[in-house]
Amino acid sequence: MRNVVFAAAFSVLACSPAKGSQAPAPKVKATGDSTKSKDSKDSTTTAGRGALSVPLADPFPSTYKPFPSKTTVIKNVTILTAAGPRITNGAILLKDGKIESVGASVNAPADAVVIDGKGKFVTPGIIDIHSHLGVYSAPGVEAASDGNEATRPVTAYVWAEHSVWPQDPQFPRNLAGGVTTLQVLPGSANLIGGRSVVLKVVPARTVQGMKFPGAKYGLKMACGENPKRVYGNKGGPQTRMGNVAGYRTAWIEAEQYRRKWDKWNADKKGDPPARDLNLETLAEVLRGNILVHNHCYRADEMAQMIDISHEFGYKIRAFHHGVEAYKLADVLAKENIGAALWADWGGFKMEALDGIRANFALTNQAGDKTIVHSDDPSGSQRLNQEAAKGIEAGKELGIDISEDQAIKWLTINPAWALDLDSKIGSIEAGKDADVVLWSGDPFSVYTRTEKVWVDGALLFDRDDVKEQWRTDFDLGFVPQIGGAQ
Amino acid sequence: MKRSMNRSGLALVAALAVAAPLGAQTIAITGGKVYPVSGPPIEGGTVLMRDGKIVAVGKDIAIPAGAERVDATGKWVTPGLVNASTNLGFGDVGFSGGPREQTAKGHDGIAAGFQVWLGFNTQSVMIAPAREGGVTSAVVAPTGGLVAGQAAIVDLNGALALTDVLVKAPATMVAQVEDNDDAKVGATGELIGALRDLIEDTKAYMRRKSDFERAQTRQFVATRRDLEAMIPVVEGRESLTIYADQAAEIREALSIAKDYGIKIVIAGGAEAWTMADKIAAAKVPVLTGAENNIPGSFNTLGSRQENAGMLRKAGVQVALIGNGAGGEEMFNVRNLRYEAGNAVAYGMSWDDALRAITLVPAEIYGVSDKVGSLKAGLEGNVVIWSGDPFEFSTRAEQVFVRGKKIDAPSRQDMLAKRYQTLPPKYNTP
Repeated sequence: MRNVVFAAAFSVLACSPAKGSQAPAPKVKATGDSTKSKDSKDSTTTAGRGALSVPLADPFPSTYKPFPSKTTVIKNVTILTAAGPRITNGAILLKDGKIESVGASVNAPADAVVIDGKGKFVTPGIIDIHSHLGVYSAPGVEAASDGNEATRPVTAYVWAEHSVWPQDPQFPRNLAGGVTTLQVLPGSANLIGGRSVVLKVVPARTVQGMKFPGAKYGLKMACGENPKRVYGNKGGPQTRMGNVAGYRTAWIEAEQYRRKWDKWNADKKGDPPARDLNLETLAEVLRGNILVHNHCYRADEMAQMIDISHEFGYKIRAFHHGVEAYKLADVLAKENIGAALWADWGGFKMEALDGIRANFALTNQAGDKTIVHSDDPSGSQRLNQEAAKGIEAGKELGIDISEDQAIKWLTINPAWALDLDSKIGSIEAGKDADVVLWSGDPFSVYTRTEKVWVDGALLFDRDDVKEQWRTDFDLGFVPQIGGAQ
Repeated sequence: MKRSMNRSGLALVAALAVAAPLGAQTIAITGGKVYPVSGPPIEGGTVLMRDGKIVAVGKDIAIPAGAERVDATGKWVTPGLVNASTNLGFGDVGFSGGPREQTAKGHDGIAAGFQVWLGFNTQSVMIAPAREGGVTSAVVAPTGGLVAGQAAIVDLNGALALTDVLVKAPATMVAQVEDNDDAKVGATGELIGALRDLIEDTKAYMRRKSDFERAQTRQFVATRRDLEAMIPVVEGRESLTIYADQAAEIREALSIAKDYGIKIVIAGGAEAWTMADKIAAAKVPVLTGAENNIPGSFNTLGSRQENAGMLRKAGVQVALIGNGAGGEEMFNVRNLRYEAGNAVAYGMSWDDALRAITLVPAEIYGVSDKVGSLKAGLEGNVVIWSGDPFEFSTRAEQVFVRGKKIDAPSRQDMLAKRYQTLPPKYNTP
């Protein structure tokens, strides 16, 4: 029971609370695309003196390379594509790290590994856009508490990747749950917590080896109770109105900074302005290059955050932990803001009081991009089960959600929230071969993952202990699962 | 202590006699696939309830004229579920707001005299969601310290008076040997020593009560109230539920049980599978879950989802409790049935999993003559399910507690209805 209690408290903290810097501003035009920064080497990104003074610089580039893969065919299988109706008794061909083809049948090359999927299901790899793996590693000792830079309310200068421990034993367990892409965020102690990082769930010596090539950064922001609780006795904010003043002050500073740099980048006159790590990240948000992921429970606070985004001309990509998203589902649809939700968390603090299981169904029905997220290493392994609860809750309200729709909540919709929906999140030819084979219908409680491929490489096989990734930490400390007693 | 409990209970009854449910009603649930748990499943069986109790369960039950018939054809009928590890009724908000009645201050980590049910809110908004998940009885347990206090078992019938919901109080004494800080000690060895001291001092107190009253004993490690509360535990009449995860902690808990002849229950038990044979031999029951495989602390490095199934295979009596995430002790007490489903996915038999959330917890806490199965004489705690109770696509269609169908909506139901059409109307539902 202690662990249960701890988990609940931890989740609150993980997604929890620093104090504001300052800045105002008008709508701004994006000047670039950070995902292309490595390729589009204009004069400002070449190495050498001054190179890093450019907002689009990529100082910690991804070194991820897909693992060796075998051409693989899964046949006689039910495929939930997240791109349309299911394909029953279908087949899928994975080749050179991509989904080569999918349909009623595929042309299996002679050298292909052929898997009979009779009675089984294939889905896209699951995407969890709210994870603290690596920044709150297991075991959860103080030394592993790297998720909240709770020293001041605005810490846009911290990057989650600099906390990520690639040997966190939670990573392979997440992969075994079918999760192939994670967004790892700073916690929610701060108004603005820092940059997120998007990872492929793969073994690597370095975080760079896990970074999803070309993925945009996210900015973690947090509403409500956490920041005011953490800073209430540390100089503020102490109130929700203090929170809002903190966000606005930060954006006012960021807007000034952006204008200064955009001007210098255009005319290159004189010395470049001084760099400021905090404002650099915020200015990138204003340019549209970093996506805002906003922890926000209450509908009324979401509405205020939307007004702030309008005031400063940035977009909120998704509200996370939106336990009251259903109360504002029409507005979220109009604003095209994703609703990243739990199935049934609630009640663990005042702002979580009104959590309902029908949140998925009601937001889905309103046309929102409904997303199942976890904020929890255990829940992240069962996002399919969370979605299944949501289907049933919808049914009880007379809202019929098909499995073909619900699968989108954990695949293509979160892919969209990361602006990676052209690469992952559905079973379509040309996409990354991030694929899960399930023992049965993924929305059944009895179903388990059997095999998980990342970019076509088989990285989890439940039937083969030798193929199961064990982190450095697992060695010696953790009895091998499958080496059963 | 017991007396004070009864007194307050009587006072409540007197005040609320008018509101107390009478339940003088005969209800026959017919045609369903009945899982009595205490016996084999019955296709097309009948469950007959009268005046709040089950009076008959079987295939060819004569249904009295005037009985209300509930057609359960095509449905599954089970006992109401028993959740053996909750903090229900002790607060409606986890933190930063509202009461939290499950944790006593105690003395040096010991609060054995703490009767947690005295703070139980029979009208807690957390109760309806639990019931919607088919949970009709719950162990409501104290937390915190070395010895947290005494737990009770309640029925989730929504009655106002405490006496109308209590099934058994005290049901068990709750302690933990896994968190040194919480127990106000520096190390496991010190913690185990403190627990042994409490037991030894209880024995000394029992022998020398009159000396104690005249202040002619050495100082004991606990207060008179705590020592009194420990007597039934030391005498083996009341179980001691010990939260323990690490194998070493479980080993020490088993030693205490053996050395003093006390009846213990291991709860949590993350690494219990590593010593399943020893636990089985000691005939010690385990409360554990099937949704955690995270080495979340150095005490739970061996945590795995197969734990419950492996323990059962070794012959251990296993009750399932929530061990995943998201408030399974309060807001999500309702998710117990999914714990059972996951246990099946990880090696437990379906029958064992159903037992593990009904009859087994009732047996462990000595209330199997009241709840946990469908048998004549037991409380009319019955659930009619649309299908397999462990599946997400199944719902608890009708829930009877003490022979009364309860369909009072939860707050969550009301919110969902209110906001199904936007903008909401604030005078409905």
